[in-house]
Amino acid sequence: MNKRKLKESSGTDGECISQVQKMLRERLCHHRAMGKLFGIDQQYKHLLELLKQTTVCGESNSALIIGPRGSGKTALLNRVLKDLREMKQVKENLLEVHLNGLLQTNDKVALKEITRQLHLENVVGDKVFGSFAENLAFLLEALRKGNRTSSCPVLFVLDEFDLFVHHKNQTLLYNLFDISQSAQTPVTVIGLTCRQDILELLEKRVKSRFSHRRIYLMNSFAFKQYIRIFKEQLSLPAEFPDKAFAQKWNSNIQLLTEDKTVQDILQNLFHYSKDLRSLNFLLMLAVSNVTVRHPLITASDLQEASKQYRMDSKANIVHEFQKFIQRKAHCMYNFEKPVVMKAFEHLLQLELVKPIERPSVRSQREYLLMELLLDNNQIMDALQAYPNCPTDVKQWAASSLSWL
Amino acid sequence: MQKKKKRKGVGEDEACVTVSPSASVGDGRKPARRSAQTALAISKNCSFMCFCFSSGIMDTRQQSKIIYSWYGKPTNSDRKLRTLQYKGILIKSERSRKERCIQLGDFVLVEGENADQPFVAQLLDLYEDGAEQKHAVVQWFSHISEIPKNKQKLLKRRISSQEVFFDKVSGYDTDIAVETIIDSVLVIPLRLKDELPTRLKKEKIFCVKQSWDGKCFKALSPHTFSKLNEANRKEDGIPNSFNSFVPSDIISSAKKETKKAGLSATKTKNVEMEIESKHSASKSSLSKKRHSLRVANGIKNPTARKKLELNSPTRSPKSKLLEQEDIWALLDDDCDSQLLKPTAIKRKVKFTEVLSSPPKITCANDKLKSVFGTAEDQEVLSGTLRLSPYRKLEDSNEKVKSLNMEVDAIVLTGHKELGSQSPAVTPRSRRTCTQETSTRIAEQISLLNMLESKEEEDFLSSSDGSYSSSSEEEDSDVSCTPEKKTKPSRMFSTPKSSRKPSVHTPAKTPKKTPLPGTPRTPRNATPEIPRRSHAAQKPTSVLEEARLRLHVSAVPESLPCREEEFQDIYNFVESKLIDGTGGCMYISGVPGTGKTATVHEVIRCLQRATEDDDLPSFQFIEINGMKLTDPHQAYVQILELLTGQKVTATHAAVLLANLFCTPGPKRKTTVLVVDELDLLWTRKQNVMYNLFDWPTQKHSKLIILAIANTMDLPERIMMNRVSSRLGLTRMSFQPYTYKQLQQIISSRLNSVKAFEEDAIQLVSRKVAALSGDARRCLDICRRAAEICEFSSQKSADEIVRMTHITQAIDEMFSSPYIQAIRNASLHEQIFFKAILAEFRRVGVEEATVQQVYRQHIALCRMEGMQSPTVSDILAICARLGACRLLLLESSSKYLHMRVRLNISQDDVMYALKDD
Repeated sequence: MNKRKLKESSGTDGECISQVQKMLRERLCHHRAMGKLFGIDQQYKHLLELLKQTTVCGESNSALIIGPRGSGKTALLNRVLKDLREMKQVKENLLEVHLNGLLQTNDKVALKEITRQLHLENVVGDKVFGSFAENLAFLLEALRKGNRTSSCPVLFVLDEFDLFVHHKNQTLLYNLFDISQSAQTPVTVIGLTCRQDILELLEKRVKSRFSHRRIYLMNSFAFKQYIRIFKEQLSLPAEFPDKAFAQKWNSNIQLLTEDKTVQDILQNLFHYSKDLRSLNFLLMLAVSNVTVRHPLITASDLQEASKQYRMDSKANIVHEFQKFIQRKAHCMYNFEKPVVMKAFEHLLQLELVKPIERPSVRSQREYLLMELLLDNNQIMDALQAYPNCPTDVKQWAASSLSWL
Repeated sequence: MQKKKKRKGVGEDEACVTVSPSASVGDGRKPARRSAQTALAISKNCSFMCFCFSSGIMDTRQQSKIIYSWYGKPTNSDRKLRTLQYKGILIKSERSRKERCIQLGDFVLVEGENADQPFVAQLLDLYEDGAEQKHAVVQWFSHISEIPKNKQKLLKRRISSQEVFFDKVSGYDTDIAVETIIDSVLVIPLRLKDELPTRLKKEKIFCVKQSWDGKCFKALSPHTFSKLNEANRKEDGIPNSFNSFVPSDIISSAKKETKKAGLSATKTKNVEMEIESKHSASKSSLSKKRHSLRVANGIKNPTARKKLELNSPTRSPKSKLLEQEDIWALLDDDCDSQLLKPTAIKRKVKFTEVLSSPPKITCANDKLKSVFGTAEDQEVLSGTLRLSPYRKLEDSNEKVKSLNMEVDAIVLTGHKELGSQSPAVTPRSRRTCTQETSTRIAEQISLLNMLESKEEEDFLSSSDGSYSSSSEEEDSDVSCTPEKKTKPSRMFSTPKSSRKPSVHTPAKTPKKTPLPGTPRTPRNATPEIPRRSHAAQKPTSVLEEARLRLHVSAVPESLPCREEEFQDIYNFVESKLIDGTGGCMYISGVPGTGKTATVHEVIRCLQRATEDDDLPSFQFIEINGMKLTDPHQAYVQILELLTGQKVTATHAAVLLANLFCTPGPKRKTTVLVVDELDLLWTRKQNVMYNLFDWPTQKHSKLIILAIANTMDLPERIMMNRVSSRLGLTRMSFQPYTYKQLQQIISSRLNSVKAFEEDAIQLVSRKVAALSGDARRCLDICRRAAEICEFSSQKSADEIVRMTHITQAIDEMFSSPYIQAIRNASLHEQIFFKAILAEFRRVGVEEATVQQVYRQHIALCRMEGMQSPTVSDILAICARLGACRLLLLESSSKYLHMRVRLNISQDDVMYALKDD
């Protein structure tokens, strides 16, 4: 109701802002979308070249893309695949099989999924028939029949590659790598993982068959690049319909990047984590604040967002439920037993305290050994933030927590 | 003396033959006429008969559902070899209660590795060895699928699925266990130009046109041709002879005629059945019904057959021809006259063709009487006996002609044969048929006469003079009898003697082409990856060419640096192949040392050698422990590769054990490569046990090459009984030295000048120092070529230099950890510092997050930074844990979660120092 009124009052502006919101949110949230890649040109070229060799020359390969979470492994692969599909030689010349270690939890499921995605002949509708052994034999037979020059190359993408390592005997990996190292259907196996020790997990035979190409994504950019990324993520493209608004918006972003507080916020974030996903979250919060009345992002917006983003969750909870602690502290004086017990149970539920041993039937609840899952600083912070905390609680905290 | 004894033996045999049907029928319809002779026979051979039956029972070997027993008593015995020879074998199916008799000279189907495609063979000898094992000696016939593809081209014509080849390949064991015989079958010899009659196409009849000796195809020699023909013809005659009892039935009691007609009806039906079942192996429900009918007087057929079989197969063609001509002259008129005569009779009996038999028989009898000029009771009976085939054939001929009943294979065969033999007689098929029949009858008459005369000599005061026409034949027969008697024994002894020492004469035998493994799922599914829409690009530059050659999948022309191992394996397999024995070899070596490649190379060389006829052919199969979902699947795969059958694991194990442990017919040596042996380990180790036990079986002819990584695998994971069976033939592949690696790369690159010499040496040295894995070596070179290509897109004639190699090696061998720490965010680095500080403080390489957190805050204060909250710290901790830079406990413990480093402290320090 309110929104509509606002829109009516400021016609085109509202239009623009909703468009901006849409565009930026898509860019920030939707990491499968073909966003820009930052600082990984080398890796991009390497991967593209690798896949081109498979598709164009029919050369089998295997590679791992390794990098911490949020470093853009999937984004890189998607980008490469998108560019690859646009190439003339590759078009309809590549079969893709996407597997995820979280979904295909064992080889049986994985094999079925591969057969399904390859549309082999034992697939009827959406179902794959036959036992595990039959499926394996069938798939291997299918892949064995092909040869380098005539068969359509197959790209296997194994997301969460480290989970495939735990499959029994690593049968799937062995077979995929073995095919990639023998004169059969050309395949390329790309594994995505965040574990640096992935190669140590491979069985020696599997390891020997892996071609040892590793593409590392390290977030290896400096703060200056970080700022640039920030700018590019927020800037509107040239093809934005309302040129004037876009210009205004972009110049504002330019100003922001030069702003000291913004830089501080970003620096802080950068120090905590270099991955771009966290930056995107921060920007998302800021962008959400943009309304017709408040058409441009300001430094304070970002500050607020960063506060929200980095809120200490437990401290938050402590803040809200301080009174229970307070009651507990008071229990030795005047509260009755049931009240205290109630408060105690609440704390248990919030997992602020935790029993050291497993609660058994025999031990009475009053005499359980408990463990505090909070740091003193958190309690102190919480007490200070709590507006009307009784002074005796504060005193008790100051005296008893100091030695902890 | 010897001769006489033998002849007596024959006579006894025959007597037994004549008796047994009545004994088996046992329905009180015993013909009076015959009874006199029967009684005689019984009185004479009573004791023997008992023996015959009891031995049949005693010999009964309890196979699952089929009982094999000897037919008749042993005809010949060899004291030295302690063998007893027999004339036929009874195959009795327990379930369906049906019984077949297969005799020498018959064509049989022999159980093959593949249940769908049994082997075809002709039975040459049957004997029982000292261990009471029943053996058969056979002449093989090869199906087209058993002949190697490259040799099939020599034929230059299309081969129908019904055609088989007279197999002269010497490599096959012709001595088989009787239990492997499935059924009898018909094989028709044809001239090269002839075609199988179209009406026979659908039936399970084989024809043979050419012989195959492993190298080329030849037309059948006249000798073999006639021999085959004879065997066939004899078979035609067989079913009919037992009906000789019908006429005597009728003669004896005319009032029972209707009843008897019924009997004869069943009998004729039986005959029909007999013929049909002989030709079509397919068991339709109809034929089954009929089989059950036949079973009622099942023993008759064999006996009848037996009698006829006595002489014919071994007679020399010349004497046979003489006889034929003689009888021809005699019978030709008869036939003609008979052809004219029966019209009235035929009309009379048209409503049931069965009834037509009695009058015809009588007339035949008359004729015979006229021929032989004697009218004694005995004579008449023998006359009927003799003529019965004639009548029967006539009968069946009529059936085909007038009633348009089912195709009778025999008659047609007769046409065909005769047509090919004497083209002049073709137009009047009926006539030719009768003529043919008459020749056959003539043969049989002569034989019977001879036998009978012998019989008579023994226990009747025979009238020699009465046999006006047959006396001379008899003479010739008698003269040929000893020959015949000795000939088979000679013949049979040859395979026997050759069986032992030279089971393995080098032979060029077709390599079994295993049926393409069509997975069971949807039965017709064919596994295939779609073809690419654009052609693969040819390598354009030197570097691309080099990259292709360096790919591990590229099969090099030769395998350098493994010559010794190659020779050892080759010698092992070759010697086993030549000896025709089995054996195991265990090959070990770290990954990437060329074990599998060498073995494949050996197999390739051996296959080439067999193609050049230097070695006996063998079947090569391969399984890989890693490509099995379960150790027991090994059975399934082996069986499928061997025979194309798809069965469950347990069933496959049984079948394979059967295959390898019984003296199988016509088996080639199998070379089985078991890759990744260690994965076939099970708790009971029965898979491994079986695999290594089979080669030790006498008849298995199985050579196993087991490949695994660890040298002491047999000692480490195998039970004693398994490792003992594996034997001590072992070989280990050492990791490649740098010189070998260098040679491998240069030999792969061959003439392509893409690498600097030093560069190759650098790679080889590096890899040899690390693992000696040739795969790694090739991968590095390939990557280096790529880097080179990448870095020098403008200058085309760049070759791979040291720098490129170093870059590639760095890429592949550099530890990712240090780089990862260096690229971590500031707080992550501080967290590492905090961990180190905490470790130093406590002195234990483990700390809780809470402890590290305090250190962290302290460090932050020192650096003048904003201290992070607990949530931040936990997030950092989780991130580093996910990368496995840290090892973490489960996160439910929150602040009390313990932290450990996954890398050495020194590495962390080194990584953090530069900042």
